[in-house]
Amino acid sequence: MKKGVMRPGHIQIRVLDIEEALKHYRDLLGLIEVERDSQGRAYLKGWTEVDKFSVVLREADEPGMDFVGYKVLDNQTLEKLQGELIEYGCNVEEIPVGELNGCGRRVRFDSPTGHMFEIYAEKEQTGKWGVSNVNPEAWPRGLKGMKATRFDHCLLYGPNIAGTLDLFQKVLGFDLAEQVIDPEGNKAAIFLTSSMKAHDVAFIECPEPGKFHHASFYLNTWEDVLRAADLISMEDVSLDIGPTRHGLTHGKTIYFFDPSGNRSEVFCGGDYHYPDHEPVTWKAEDLGKAIFYHDRVLNERFLTVLT
Amino acid sequence: MSDQATHVIKVVNRDQSFQCAEDQVLLIAMERLSADAINVGCRGGGCGICKIRILNGDYECKKMSKAHISKAEQQQGFVLACRVFPRTDLEIESDHHQAVESSYQKTGARMAAS
Repeated sequence: MKKGVMRPGHIQIRVLDIEEALKHYRDLLGLIEVERDSQGRAYLKGWTEVDKFSVVLREADEPGMDFVGYKVLDNQTLEKLQGELIEYGCNVEEIPVGELNGCGRRVRFDSPTGHMFEIYAEKEQTGKWGVSNVNPEAWPRGLKGMKATRFDHCLLYGPNIAGTLDLFQKVLGFDLAEQVIDPEGNKAAIFLTSSMKAHDVAFIECPEPGKFHHASFYLNTWEDVLRAADLISMEDVSLDIGPTRHGLTHGKTIYFFDPSGNRSEVFCGGDYHYPDHEPVTWKAEDLGKAIFYHDRVLNERFLTVLT
Repeated sequence: MSDQATHVIKVVNRDQSFQCAEDQVLLIAMERLSADAINVGCRGGGCGICKIRILNGDYECKKMSKAHISKAEQQQGFVLACRVFPRTDLEIESDHHQAVESSYQKTGARMAAS
């Protein structure tokens, strides 16, 4: 049941060197650099995103993800969900207005998989970058690199994904769109949505808590994914795998690494989900095909290389 | 090819050697030669897969994730091969990453065993 969570709104990623990271996120992915804050964090967004920013880079000694935030309908929804998160038993922390420039009050909470999440209702809306909201042109001139359109979702690894699924379904109103089930009936992977997208967040079971697998950015076409692959070769960027197609969600994809070893994905296409849809199931025995639909074999790196 | 001075990297535990120029990191030099002496992960100092120990020789090192290389370990010669530039010939030992077994791999192992 929908509880008023609209969409993934921001992700804060830790990087070893902020200038090197900007070459990746701004110049290669083609995100728009919005601003820097007094802590030295860099704010970026995809050009189609209406809110002020969606990606925050923080320089640190250890790469990985600090938190991912979801935007909810309004302050009343935020208030209500805050109460339900506390009642559910999460450790809940309130982050004051303006801790991220242009963002309203955030409610931060933990999860069984050891990740930090946030919900918030307000963020400065600066509109799509380079196009008007009245008689908009098809796309803006001057985009860089892969011309990523938006921050789409992230994939996180940790223990007890069944627990995180319960939290996201019961309190936040996400639906289970797709899953991987092992022969004993345990969930090995879950793809959750708060919208019509096949995933707004995904989890894979892993003994180590709080691990970050990738942040994903949306492209419009398969041709754009191939062009992204060309840029990865031209710039000698660390490639993980692709271009290929996933069985899960059927998205067309390529994976590569930022200069601190955090994985990025750009993808296009993919299935859709309505609240009355049964979850799509892949069997763990067919995990190779579920993850890489063409090769039908897993590369070990996809399961073990995490930040 | 690079016109920089080139050094021999001897991987003692795998009984292999490869050449690496001073402006190259060990891991990338190894991959370019299609050698398989060090495990390859993110290539960015983040994941820890290419953790090695340098037994002999001089080197310079870019910033690495402290989750995988602590200060104490760095003093003992532990590094990530994707962040290390050789300054002399080196003797190294690879395979120092302690992998956390994923439940997928456990599932795979159970299936292979059955």
